[in-house]
Amino acid sequence: MLTILRSIFRTGCKTETLAESTAIESGAQLLEAAIRKHFNSSLAIRQVDAGSCNGCELEIHAVNNCYYDLERFGCHFVASPRHADMLLVTGPVTRNMETALRMTYDAMPAPKLVVAVGDCAASCGVFGRDNYAIAGAVSDIIPVNITVHGCPPTPGDIIQGILQAVEG
Amino acid sequence: MRFVVNTWFAERLADAGIHSRFLEDHHPVHMPCLEIRRLDWAQAAELARRLEMRLVAVWAAEAGLHDASPSGDLPLYAYMAYAHPEHRHALLRTELNTDEPVVHSISPHFIAACRMERSMQDMFGIRVQGIPDDRAWLKHEHWPEEALPLKRDFNAVQPMPSDPARMGIDYPYVQSASSGVHEIPVGPVHAGIIEPGHFRFLAVGEQVLNMEARLGYVHKGVERAMQGKSAENGVKLAGRTSGDCTVAHAWAFSQACEYAAQKPPPLRASFIRGVLCERERMANHIGDIGAICNDAAFGFMHAQMQRLREDMARLHAAIFGHRLLMDLVIPGGVGRDIPAVERDALLAQTQDIAEEVERLRSIYADHPSIQERVIGSGVVSTEDALDLGLLGYAGRASGNYPDERIEEAYPPYDGLQIRVAKGRMGDVATRVWVRFEEIADSARIIALLLEAMPEGAIANPWKAPEAGLSGFAAIEGWRGEIAAWVRFGEGGLVDRYFVRDPSVINWLGLELAVRGVPVPDFPLNNKSFNCSYAGNDL
Repeated sequence: MLTILRSIFRTGCKTETLAESTAIESGAQLLEAAIRKHFNSSLAIRQVDAGSCNGCELEIHAVNNCYYDLERFGCHFVASPRHADMLLVTGPVTRNMETALRMTYDAMPAPKLVVAVGDCAASCGVFGRDNYAIAGAVSDIIPVNITVHGCPPTPGDIIQGILQAVEG
Repeated sequence: MRFVVNTWFAERLADAGIHSRFLEDHHPVHMPCLEIRRLDWAQAAELARRLEMRLVAVWAAEAGLHDASPSGDLPLYAYMAYAHPEHRHALLRTELNTDEPVVHSISPHFIAACRMERSMQDMFGIRVQGIPDDRAWLKHEHWPEEALPLKRDFNAVQPMPSDPARMGIDYPYVQSASSGVHEIPVGPVHAGIIEPGHFRFLAVGEQVLNMEARLGYVHKGVERAMQGKSAENGVKLAGRTSGDCTVAHAWAFSQACEYAAQKPPPLRASFIRGVLCERERMANHIGDIGAICNDAAFGFMHAQMQRLREDMARLHAAIFGHRLLMDLVIPGGVGRDIPAVERDALLAQTQDIAEEVERLRSIYADHPSIQERVIGSGVVSTEDALDLGLLGYAGRASGNYPDERIEEAYPPYDGLQIRVAKGRMGDVATRVWVRFEEIADSARIIALLLEAMPEGAIANPWKAPEAGLSGFAAIEGWRGEIAAWVRFGEGGLVDRYFVRDPSVINWLGLELAVRGVPVPDFPLNNKSFNCSYAGNDL
């Protein structure tokens, strides 16, 4: 136990203000205020991989690490679409995931915010639209509020996308 | 690189009375491709088993247009690849009857072949005779019956329609007739931030009797999409076969292309590839160890490990312009050099992180609450590991130690001593132990590579080989051996690309590991294997 405490003490606080880790000036306050206002201080996010290469998943994981610590603004990832205010969808939507994505979306309560994360989610990316196995970009299957570009987008970009969706 | 024709397997085949012909349009010659008769297919697999070779992959390909018969028919070939720890890789090929393609199953000799043979059935309509499990694999229920996506005459440029008549069909999962057994369906959308796949548990009380994975949900038609791409464009797609393993996949693709073109990259490029690949190995092991601890509610370790992983990603962004090191390995070399100033930063950070990981390792080892969860959970026996041919850390935890950095000894590893962590217990604790060992060894290798980095160019101009030439490469990614086979067609474009991610084999290891494990320990075991869904589904 002592070694753990010593280690925590040595590491110190690594969490950055959003302006430090992203280009968003005063983004933190905006995000926190918007979440407070619209979602009673708590935004529940459900992530769905609809066909990604798993690069975007690594960066979504990263928004939860101690540098970005998305949870301090009241955002948390939930295990069921039934609990979710927002869907974070990655990947081109494969034919084999199309039904599962629709069902996940249908299972969500309103307001059903959707953020399409990554170039594949935006426009099928390197896998291409002219592909038998791909049903389309996320917006071809379900309504999308905000699209975040990048292959994969950085954690900062993802946070900014979430902010825009909440504000919009 | 030793450019000597590897005749060992051909001689063994001849001893067994199997005639084989060396194919000259395949490279490299130390990993030769031998054509055998279709009748000898299963017998050759049996011989490979007797010789204690490891099955690398089995796949199919339509011939290139240059190979068409006068009537315009394209031959259809089946391929299989084997590896021997001392005698390297060898490929076998046989020609199938185009009108009614049939091949004997090799699954009775190598059970890991089964899912690959099921994919051959789904993609080419090849009938695999005697296959122990003939359910569709990548072809989900809604696909039209006649859809054979890797056949040339298939319309691959439009989203495949659903066949309404097939929509109601259920996948026939393994079931139990016993009233004491209950089924737990999980997925394809899982509870965490994770890729999609379906797991079907048969449980008795708390304990898993059987777990069956149903995959294919992220099938993106990678093999088909690669056809008609130039190697320079194709490498971007290859690097996204499994995004967490982008360096190794891009390297496997590039090396297969370079072998086909018979032009190795400059030595400096190989060294840089080695540095990138070992950094990728470190980052993923660090992230996974944290996640394994998190699944046993040891949040401290998770927070610390994710911090280290983020530090690595940030330095990658600063030096190479990409946090996950995508698009750096290109056919002919690498796209970015490591200048002297940045070399020092990379070296210093690698050593700092390795030291921090060692400090955290001692906390992990001294913590009974985590040890109690990982020790003895999810055991894969050595016998089973050898039987399946488990790869990477999953194999090394269970007494099976294939490592392409040693077996194939491609540059830059040809001059290095790789320390293979040799585990035997095969439980979660051993898989974590192997990963800790590999982090330390990768840090050591990165330091050696950075210090001995030769001067010179970082890439040769890429020149595509003639139509019909093919290349095969086996690269040790962080999950284990990635096997890639590329054949070029007209205009220097890729005509067929096959890749076997280590996950294809290691998923089977997870299914064995969780038998008898309490259901709540499944996430712990799953993370200790951390197989790629994207790499499996392609």
